[in-house]
Amino acid sequence: MSANAAEVSGSANEPMVRFKNVQKSYDGETLVVKDLNVDIARGEFLTMLGPSGSGKTTSLMMLAGFEPATHGEIILNGRPINDVPPHKRGIGMVFQNYALFPHMTVAENLAFPLQVRKMSKSDAAAKVKRALEMVELPEFGDRRPAQLSGGQQQRVAVARALVFEPDLVLMDEPLGALDKQLREQMQYEIKHIHESLGVTVVYVTHDQSEALTMSDRIAVFNDGVIQQLSSPDTLYEKPDNSFVAQFIGENNRLQGVINEVRGDACVVKLDSGDEVLAEQVVPGGTGTRTTLSIRPERIELDPAPGACPVTIDGKIEELIYLGDHIRVRMNVAGTNEFIVKVRNHTGRKPLAAGQQASVGWDPIDCRALDALT
Amino acid sequence: MSTTAPPAPLLPSNAVDSTGPITAADGTPLQTALSRATRKARIRAFLLVAPLLAFVVLTFVAPIGQMLWRSVSNDSFSANMPALTAWFAENEALGSDGGPEGDGIPGEDAFEALATDLKGARENRTAGIVGTRVNYDLSGTRSLFTKSARQARKLEAPFKAALLDVDEDWGDAELWSVMRSASRTYTGDFYLAALDMQRNVDGEIEAVPENRRIYVPLFVRTLWLSALIAGLCLLLAFPVAHLLARLPLRYSNILMIFVLLPFWTSLLVRTTSWMVMLQSQGVVNDLMVAVGIVGDDGRIQMMYNQAGTIIAMTHILLPFMILPLYSVMKTIPHDYVRAARSLGATPSTAFWRIYFPQTVPGIGAGVLLVFILAVGYYITPALVGGSSGQLISNLIAFHMQKSLNWSLAAALAALLLAGVMLLYWLYDRLIGIDNMKFG
Ligand SMILES: Nc1ncnc2c1ncn2[C@@H]1O[C@H](COP(=O)(O)OP(=O)(O)OP(=O)(O)O)[C@@H](O)[C@H]1O
Ligand SMILES: [Mg+2]
Repeated sequence: MSANAAEVSGSANEPMVRFKNVQKSYDGETLVVKDLNVDIARGEFLTMLGPSGSGKTTSLMMLAGFEPATHGEIILNGRPINDVPPHKRGIGMVFQNYALFPHMTVAENLAFPLQVRKMSKSDAAAKVKRALEMVELPEFGDRRPAQLSGGQQQRVAVARALVFEPDLVLMDEPLGALDKQLREQMQYEIKHIHESLGVTVVYVTHDQSEALTMSDRIAVFNDGVIQQLSSPDTLYEKPDNSFVAQFIGENNRLQGVINEVRGDACVVKLDSGDEVLAEQVVPGGTGTRTTLSIRPERIELDPAPGACPVTIDGKIEELIYLGDHIRVRMNVAGTNEFIVKVRNHTGRKPLAAGQQASVGWDPIDCRALDALT
Repeated sequence: MSTTAPPAPLLPSNAVDSTGPITAADGTPLQTALSRATRKARIRAFLLVAPLLAFVVLTFVAPIGQMLWRSVSNDSFSANMPALTAWFAENEALGSDGGPEGDGIPGEDAFEALATDLKGARENRTAGIVGTRVNYDLSGTRSLFTKSARQARKLEAPFKAALLDVDEDWGDAELWSVMRSASRTYTGDFYLAALDMQRNVDGEIEAVPENRRIYVPLFVRTLWLSALIAGLCLLLAFPVAHLLARLPLRYSNILMIFVLLPFWTSLLVRTTSWMVMLQSQGVVNDLMVAVGIVGDDGRIQMMYNQAGTIIAMTHILLPFMILPLYSVMKTIPHDYVRAARSLGATPSTAFWRIYFPQTVPGIGAGVLLVFILAVGYYITPALVGGSSGQLISNLIAFHMQKSLNWSLAAALAALLLAGVMLLYWLYDRLIGIDNMKFG
């Protein structure tokens, strides 16, 4: 239905959305978004992830047309849209509080975008019906939004953003108000809708597990800058910097100085005096300060001699039993916040707090990132 | 539950019997236990509202009841003219054609009662009260009573001739018909008068002649002007309230002070400042003459007429429209309009289909508030309304203070009250009182 769909058919390779050097300031004093450059491919599920106040919503609002960009260009389907008003952009949007019109029934809410596009009544009714079926609420057309549960309202909001068949849908923390179980179910459903309709989705969240499960690519925002833009597994396994390593998942951090560079790897002398081998990510030669980042599940507790290229001695401080695994808090290389996850299997050795134990890992899993200040 | 299950084991003897009343643990019926448990809370709640309740009864219910009572009861004749009142009661049938001569003038016995009463009135100095009462219905008769009472001591039988000798107006059939209706303590005649109707000599209800109708046209004018003022207030208040609700707090606070400023100024000051502004030698006219929009002889009359009433009252009542609108608009999240825009609605469609419907509770509350206040407004029309800008309350005040016809004033006020309540009821049927938000 959307006017954009026809225009673009020839340019399938070009990105659907392109942010080019976009900057945004509300008060003329501070930049809330600093030099944003992103290409979003057609059909992609891209998530903007980041802490509160990092500029995610602002970026989304600039794309939707509710906030003007202070500088730079936003290109949609090859056309700069800085001067196109929101209602002509043909972008669907799901708001955090759903923004369902309270004085209209669910069916009227869904019919609204079709009415303003002057669609005939019967066509609109058919589309509304299909949209309600898609979100599994076929019986709820006559209800008012206030008569729905939070999860149901959320589905209606998704259906309304999709009913006029936009090829780009923006969602700003759509699941923020739901409880954990419902969130997980809705994550799956939204992902499913995305796959079956093939729409491009730009999704905002500050829940990292939500971002990991749903996205094709994740843009990690911090302080108005994209820290890393890559697929979930890359983001988790190969973080580019300490912020990303810390923000996505759990990680153990050890401070030190690069002592020797060996190709992609380097030898880091920890502040405690131990020397370990690590993957070098931070640029710089000998003498550069660095933070080593190791995921807790990549660490072997008491490895067999020779099994791990790197081993350090430590002491078990605390055991936390979590059923499928045991979190072991250890004192290693001068920090007593060193976490190791031990899989709970029948053959595992008995552990006790106060016990001396060594930890070992593969240098591939230990990344030398920028030093945390 | 399986249908083939064996019969349930016997319930323990103290178990709840589903057919009997449910009991609390100590055996008292649950209802009793519950009301006992909540009695203290209810008593405390009642004591907390008791002062307000007493205040409302004393200051609201009692005066209005008193007013309604006065509109149907007036004993200034019956209390001061007992003999004649008794005679009227006994000689029920004597209507227009009554009296020995069939001319509507009663016979000697009635004049005797009249003479007795006039003597009493002379002693008690009540002739003026009675005369005033009769004067409501037949003007020019007050002096007849005071004059006759002064000469009452000299009256001797035959009284009819003697009284006619004092003043031949006593031989007026209409006077006797009016006295008869005035002699009834309880009467609906004041409502008739308030609706521009009267009883003719035969006691039948008829409309007063065209040129003497004042109240009904005034009611109509009052309702129409109030509706107009409410409409103007809405037009002016809507954008202001919208701006107030949208601006950042720091600016909206300043704007709110401007809205509330009139509240902190005396009503009289505001009204007189409009007089300074708008009278024919006032600021606005001077300005227009100076600029050359109108000539010095073509000064526009904006004061002491309907225009004056409309302008000044719209200004004075504006805050009562802005505040309910603002309180509703503040609760409408900006996301609704954004959502509408993202769904493809133009700014005007988003406004009319999404924003405006959600402000209806505020519009309803504001319009009703302003309308009801305007219907009863008194000072402003009295000062700036001239004769064409007077409202019904100015006439009520006139009857309270000048003509001292309190019963008529009460009847007018009661009709006004009934009219407002009718509108309120209509509003409830059409929009729903529950939908209203005052602030
Ligand atoms: N309308 C506005 N006027 C002024 N400053 C604003 C406005 N909206 C946002 N900001 C500021 O811009 C910065 C980024 O806000 P933004 O809403 O984009 O963050 P976010 O990443 O969406 O955060 P969250 O996860 O809390 O929603 C914040 O510091 C915020 O205070
Ligand atoms: Mg946000």
